[in-house]
Amino acid sequence: MNNFKVLANGIFRENPTFALLLGMCPTLGVTTSAINGMGMGLATAFVLIMSNLVISLVSNIIPDKIRIPSFIVIIAAFVTVVDMSMAAYLPALHASLGLFIPLIVVNCIVLGRAEAFASKNKVLPSIFDGLGMGLGFTLSLTLLGSIREILGGGKIFNLPVFNENYGMLIFVLAPGAFLALGYLIAIVNRIRKAN
Amino acid sequence: MGKKLESNFLNMVVVLFGVTLIASAAVGYVNSLTAGPIEAAKQAKQVNAIRQVIPGEFDNDPSADVWKVKTPDGGELEFYPAKKNGEPVGTAVKTYTNSGFGGIVWLMVGFNPDGTISNYSVLEHKETPGLGSKMDTWFTANGKGNIIGKNPGTTGLKVSKDGGDVDAITAATISSRAFLDAVNRAASALAGNADATSGATQQNK
Repeated sequence: MNNFKVLANGIFRENPTFALLLGMCPTLGVTTSAINGMGMGLATAFVLIMSNLVISLVSNIIPDKIRIPSFIVIIAAFVTVVDMSMAAYLPALHASLGLFIPLIVVNCIVLGRAEAFASKNKVLPSIFDGLGMGLGFTLSLTLLGSIREILGGGKIFNLPVFNENYGMLIFVLAPGAFLALGYLIAIVNRIRKAN
Repeated sequence: MGKKLESNFLNMVVVLFGVTLIASAAVGYVNSLTAGPIEAAKQAKQVNAIRQVIPGEFDNDPSADVWKVKTPDGGELEFYPAKKNGEPVGTAVKTYTNSGFGGIVWLMVGFNPDGTISNYSVLEHKETPGLGSKMDTWFTANGKGNIIGKNPGTTGLKVSKDGGDVDAITAATISSRAFLDAVNRAASALAGNADATSGATQQNK
């Protein structure tokens, strides 16, 4: 597989949210608005790229039996770096995502890609895999967040779409997250099957 | 790919130790870089909140003149007096309530010297998005449940459902009650320590 196939793979064919169904907890939790979904997606993408990069570099010197704890420590270090940098330089975004950033550590996508891809591939493809998966995750979270924000509050990225009294509140709340995600997965799978 | 290191005891101990050592060194380094900006961001948020709720100008540093009052349930209210040329122009009170729908709610409420509310700012809450979270604009001068200019005095503000004259947030009466609880807590504590600006003794921490 060449690098661009790897990249496209993560964005569409094996999209973490719609095809692999990994990382559902942050997907449902943070997508109350488009900007929240995007922020969470980008933070996860950064961690994915960095952890894939480092893990593909060091996987040869890590004995098999301790690979999981080693990967988790590496991932946790990057997540902590993201968490602290965000609190320092983007305090407003950190205030709305703060609860979910530490959860990137246990996001199955990150460990999943480390285990399934980075530990078996060279550095460059691993970076592209992290980039593709990260972008795929960001796009799907932004899409889900936009849909919930439009239906729930009549806005997108805080810009009004409908008049301000409009709003199907359920889409901002938890049940709406499940509904919107379910329909999105159905639509995306329909398109993927058709191809 | 090359040959993997064998999983014997020595290899595992050395590698895992090395990984954790490097990871913690990296995290420690980033922490030393970001600790300052994080503290500054917190301070800036507090100072902005004080500026937002105090009407007009003041020339002292309210954070330096802060005084605190313990509440019966173990919490603490912080009072930030704002002065211009030594004359009090208002007080910002950092107050809270435990009765929010999603737990504790922190507010900064500004009071004029006569005890009327000048403005407020929501510092932290976990209320339902789209319902209780509307409290950040609902009770302002342009909102439907305007409390600006009202004087809670010692009787306190109440939502209309409880016989008061403040319109509760639609479908979020619990959050509205909690909000007013925090405001009333600040007002009664401030009224109870009204002479504090002249001779503050009893409320020192």
